[in-house]
Amino acid sequence: MGMTMTEKILARASGRDSVRPGDLILAKVDFAMGHDLTIPPAGKIMREQMGAEKIWDPERVAVTQDHFQPAKDAASATLGRLTREFSHQMGIKWYFEVGQGGICHTVLPENGLVLPGELVVGADSHSCTYGALNNFATGIGSTDLACVLALGELWFRVPETLKFVFHNRLKEWVEAKDLILYVIGQIGVDGARSKAMEHVGEALKSIDMEARLTITNMAIEAGAKNGILEFDEVTREYLEGRAKRPYTPVSSDPDAEYEKVFEFDAAAVELGVAKPMSPDNYAPLSEVVGTRLDQVFIGSCTNSRITDLRRAAAVLEGHKVADGVRLIITPSSHQVAIQAEREGLIRTFLAAGAAWTTATCGACLGGHMGVLGEGEVCLSTTNRNFPGRMGHPKAMVYLSNPAVAAASAVTGVITHPGEVLKKMPAGIR
Amino acid sequence: MTFPKVLRGRAWKFGVNIDTDQIIPAKYAIYSLDEKELGKHAMEGVPGRETWAGQVAPGDIMVAGSNFGCGSSREIAPVAIRGAGISLVIADSYARIFFRNAINMGYPILQSPQAAEAVEEGDELEVDLEEGVIRNFTKGDEYRSEAFPKFMNELLHMGGLVPWVRKRLQERRVAAGR
Repeated sequence: MGMTMTEKILARASGRDSVRPGDLILAKVDFAMGHDLTIPPAGKIMREQMGAEKIWDPERVAVTQDHFQPAKDAASATLGRLTREFSHQMGIKWYFEVGQGGICHTVLPENGLVLPGELVVGADSHSCTYGALNNFATGIGSTDLACVLALGELWFRVPETLKFVFHNRLKEWVEAKDLILYVIGQIGVDGARSKAMEHVGEALKSIDMEARLTITNMAIEAGAKNGILEFDEVTREYLEGRAKRPYTPVSSDPDAEYEKVFEFDAAAVELGVAKPMSPDNYAPLSEVVGTRLDQVFIGSCTNSRITDLRRAAAVLEGHKVADGVRLIITPSSHQVAIQAEREGLIRTFLAAGAAWTTATCGACLGGHMGVLGEGEVCLSTTNRNFPGRMGHPKAMVYLSNPAVAAASAVTGVITHPGEVLKKMPAGIR
Repeated sequence: MTFPKVLRGRAWKFGVNIDTDQIIPAKYAIYSLDEKELGKHAMEGVPGRETWAGQVAPGDIMVAGSNFGCGSSREIAPVAIRGAGISLVIADSYARIFFRNAINMGYPILQSPQAAEAVEEGDELEVDLEEGVIRNFTKGDEYRSEAFPKFMNELLHMGGLVPWVRKRLQERRVAAGR
């Protein structure tokens, strides 16, 4: 019997010839990640409770200062300090200080730290993002992370795999975000609970790595354990000059077993949003056009890499943010910010009247720099809009792609980007 | 920590898809190392439950719908619930990271669609963790919970992942002749 990509990675990492869904395995971890909210408890558990003095491999751990950093208050500064001290004491090679890293899920791929065929864990739910690079990547808690730091291994239940086949190509204006919001709308926030989501098809072959990262980023919003894509020329090119270790891609066997296969016509997917208060509350954009907004936020590990900012800038070029609305743009990494500066995107944002911040998770999780008040309405390029996610439990958050967000900032109401920009310039995708 | 056999308490009822931002809003993540402080704010993000944590009597039991604990990976979600005084969570189903986190902490959680459906707020419950039986004294009902796989059961009874790692580290030290 054949295996899926996910099963092959878990079999290799647990030293077995094969695994089946439901198997409980002890597997070796290839790379692990923690940040300023999860390293302090993990470090404390590892040293004080587990009795480990050092970590299993300082070269296979990354730590970012991204959630509440630059410190939003004194308590966050303490978490930042504990994170910094632990990283230095343990000799962690891939420690990213404020101003030098950014959001973990952008930083790890752009530095070539998470690679095809690997088993990657991160103490953050959106760690599933890395699966776009043909690896098994999943979110874990702080006790889990403490275990990995101490031993380099962790227990897993081998997931059933759901296969998603996307035929044809996305239409003009429609982005990876619209596609994944549509899928989550179809299957629900628990539609892939504890399972693997394997995405294949022409629609994915024809999009770049950054767009692919948006697809796997939101696997957790369907409850999935991981999201994974096939290795192809786009993957190989993205990793060229980046990959920090040799790697071995994996592919699913033709006779691999899937719990279910979903088939979608990507060309039929429209621009869309997730309405408040859940990522599966999907609606075509046409249904919510005209909704009045207080804030537009372009940021997060979902949609704030350089290609996202290019599309937002193309829409904003020569326009101003509407009266009564504030636009906050947070790049997802320092490297993205440097590139945005080189390309003149920041000038466009500032001229439009947007607030441009340093790279941080920031407003996405109601942390800082864009927290919403009671009754406020926000259009956001982020991943989650449960009650209270971005601030007050009675704030209303709509999720969209960056071009829609930028166009809506110009008009002050939810708007089709074609209303502001005739056509996305060639080469910006 | 020894794993309890029988727990008794009053039920608090919650709905479906209760996510971690509702269980413990991210702003309280600054108290990541303080279980009692987290406990004071547990479930504060659930509309209508803003002052819930103050009403919990130690030992009370939480009963929730499907996909409980979805959203972020924050381990402070089960920590906050435990910090509020809840002795056990019963749900129709759990989001996977919440489920892992609870087991890794050695914190008892049960999966019982039957109980999630039938129990009402304030019902007096008794839970036999070894037998996987939930008795509802208020209604005179009895529900089954789903059995854990052997390894997870062992982890729970051991007190979670911490003692497991300690044991494994010890084995490695012995193997390395130290």
